[in-house]
Amino acid sequence: MTSVTTRYPSRERRTRLRDTLEGYAFISPWLVGFFAFTFFPILASLYFAFTDYDLLSPPVFTGLSNFRALLRDDLFWKSLGVTFQYAFVSVPLRLAFALAVAMLLNMNLRFVGFYRAVYYIPSLIGGSVAVAVLWRRIFMKDGIVNMILGSLGIHSEVSWIGNPRTALLTLILLAAWQFGSSMLIFLAGLKQIPRSYYEAAHIDGANPFQRFIHITIPQLTPLIFFNLVMQLINGFTIFTQAYIVGGPSGDPMNSTLVYALQLYKKAFEFYQMGYASAMAWVLLLIIAVFTALIFKSSYLWVHYEAKEG
Amino acid sequence: MNYRQTTRILRSVLTHAVVILLGYVMIYPVLWMIASSLKENSEIFASASLIPRVPSFEAYVRGWKGVGGVSFATFFGNSFFYSTMATVGTLLSSSLVAYGFARIRFRGRAFWFTCMLLTMMLPYQIVMIPQYILFFKLGWVNTFAPLIVPTFFGQPFFIFLMIQFIRGIPLELDESAKIDGCSRFTTFRHIIFPLMSPALVTSAIFQFYWKWDDFLGPLLYLNRPVHYTVSLALRMFSDPTTSTDWAAIFAMGTLSLVPIFLIFMFFQRYLVEGITVSGLKG
Repeated sequence: MTSVTTRYPSRERRTRLRDTLEGYAFISPWLVGFFAFTFFPILASLYFAFTDYDLLSPPVFTGLSNFRALLRDDLFWKSLGVTFQYAFVSVPLRLAFALAVAMLLNMNLRFVGFYRAVYYIPSLIGGSVAVAVLWRRIFMKDGIVNMILGSLGIHSEVSWIGNPRTALLTLILLAAWQFGSSMLIFLAGLKQIPRSYYEAAHIDGANPFQRFIHITIPQLTPLIFFNLVMQLINGFTIFTQAYIVGGPSGDPMNSTLVYALQLYKKAFEFYQMGYASAMAWVLLLIIAVFTALIFKSSYLWVHYEAKEG
Repeated sequence: MNYRQTTRILRSVLTHAVVILLGYVMIYPVLWMIASSLKENSEIFASASLIPRVPSFEAYVRGWKGVGGVSFATFFGNSFFYSTMATVGTLLSSSLVAYGFARIRFRGRAFWFTCMLLTMMLPYQIVMIPQYILFFKLGWVNTFAPLIVPTFFGQPFFIFLMIQFIRGIPLELDESAKIDGCSRFTTFRHIIFPLMSPALVTSAIFQFYWKWDDFLGPLLYLNRPVHYTVSLALRMFSDPTTSTDWAAIFAMGTLSLVPIFLIFMFFQRYLVEGITVSGLKG
C-alpha cells in the first residue's frame, strides 16, 4: 500500500516533467527563432542605438549622441510629420470606407458574392509593386486621373505625384482604396448583430440613423478597436508604397519621406547603422505609446457583450 | 403593382446602381492596367478608354526580356522558389509549435505564449538592422537564405491562427491516440496534422501571397539581377530614369498579379475565412 501512495505522486511528477520536455521540444523551432531573430536582435539594436557603426569597422560607443543628432535632424522631424499625417488620415478614412461599404453589402442583394470580390480585389493586390507602379503612373501629369478630370471639364496641368502638396495625398488614397480586409471583417461582424435589436428599435420608433449610432456602431466597437490598433501599426511602418510612388528619396521635396524610408536610407544608403537603430527605437516607443493609449481608452468606448449581461 | 412593390423595386435598382458604380471606380485602375498592357505606347495616354484599338501581346514579348540582360523567366522562377520554400518552412515549423502550445500543458507555456503575441506587434524595423548584420556576417547576403531560413523557425501570426484551429479539434482524439500507444509526435503527425488542413491551406495562401508581394526583404538581401524576384524586377524595370516602355511595364505588372488572382479564385473561401477569423491586415 505504502509503495502505491509514494509511487503515485512521483509518477505524476514524471509525466509532468515529460510534458514539459515535450512541450519545449514542440515549440523549440519558434523558441530558437525567437532568440536568434527577435530577442537578441532587439538587444543588439538597443546597443547599436548608442554607437557609431558603419557595418565594416566595429561599433564605437557614443552614448546619447545618436539621439541628440536625431533631435537636430530636420529630415527626422519631416519624416515623423509625414508618417503621422499619413497614418492619421489614411487609417480613419480606410475604416470609414470599410464600414460604409460593408453596410451597403450587408443588404439583401443579389450577386453580393461577386460585389464583395470586386471590392476586395484592390486590397488583394494592394501590396504588390505592380499596383504601386501603376498608382505612380496614374497620378502623373499626363496620367489617367488628369485625363478623367479633363473629360469632366476640370483641366488640371499638375502632376499629383510631382507636387509636394498633393504627393502624400496619392499615398493616402492608395491606402484608402484598399479597405477590403477591414470590410470583410466588418461584414462578418454585422452578420452577428441579432436582428431582434433592430426590430425592437424599429418598434420604438428609432430612425435608420439612430439605429446605426445606437446599435451598429456599439456592436462593432471591438472590431473597430482591433482594426485601429493593427492598421495604425501598419500605417506607422509603411514602406513599399512610399518607396515606389514617391521614389526612394521621398520626392518631391521630402513630401513622401515616411519614417521607414528615412530609416532605410540612413541604414542602407549611408550605412549609419547606429543612427538608424536609434530611429527604430523611437519608432517602437511611438507605436507602444499609441497602442497603450488605444488600449487604455478602450474601456471608454469599446462595447463588450459580457458587460451587459 | 402597388405602391409598396414599386418602391421596393426602385430601391433595389438604386442600390445595385450605387454598388456597381462604386465597384467600377474601385476596379477601374486594375482594368486600365490590363487594358494598357494590350495597347501601343502611343495609345495608352491618348485616351481613358479600356478597349485597345488593336489588341496586341507585343508588350508582353518586349517586357519578358526583362532588365539587365535577365529575363522575367528568371524573376518568376526566383519568386516561385522563394515563396514556395518560405511557405513550406512556415507550414512545417508553425504547425509543430502550434500543436505544442495548444495541446501540451507545460511549465512556462503562458509566458512564452505572451512573448509570442507581443512579437506580433513589433515593427520589423526594430530587428531589421541586427538581422541584416547577422546575415551579412554569415555571408548570406545575395542568397535567398535570409529570406527563407527564418520561416523554418515558426511565424507567430500563423502559429496563432493554427492554435485557434487546433482548439476546435476534440481532445478525445489525442487521448484515444495516447491509449493506442501513440507518442506525442505520432499523434501530431498522423492525427492532428491531417485534420488541420483547412488551417494549413489558409496559412499557405497568405504566406505564399505575402512572400510573392514582399519587396523590402528582397530589396535588402538581393542585389544581383539574377536573384531578383518579380517585385524587385518590376521596380527596376519601371525606374523612371531608364525606361518609358509603359506598355511593357504594365504587361509584366499584369503577369505578376496572375498567381495572386489564381489563388484568390481557387481559394476564396479560405482567404475570406482567414481574414474574418484572425482580423488580418490587408
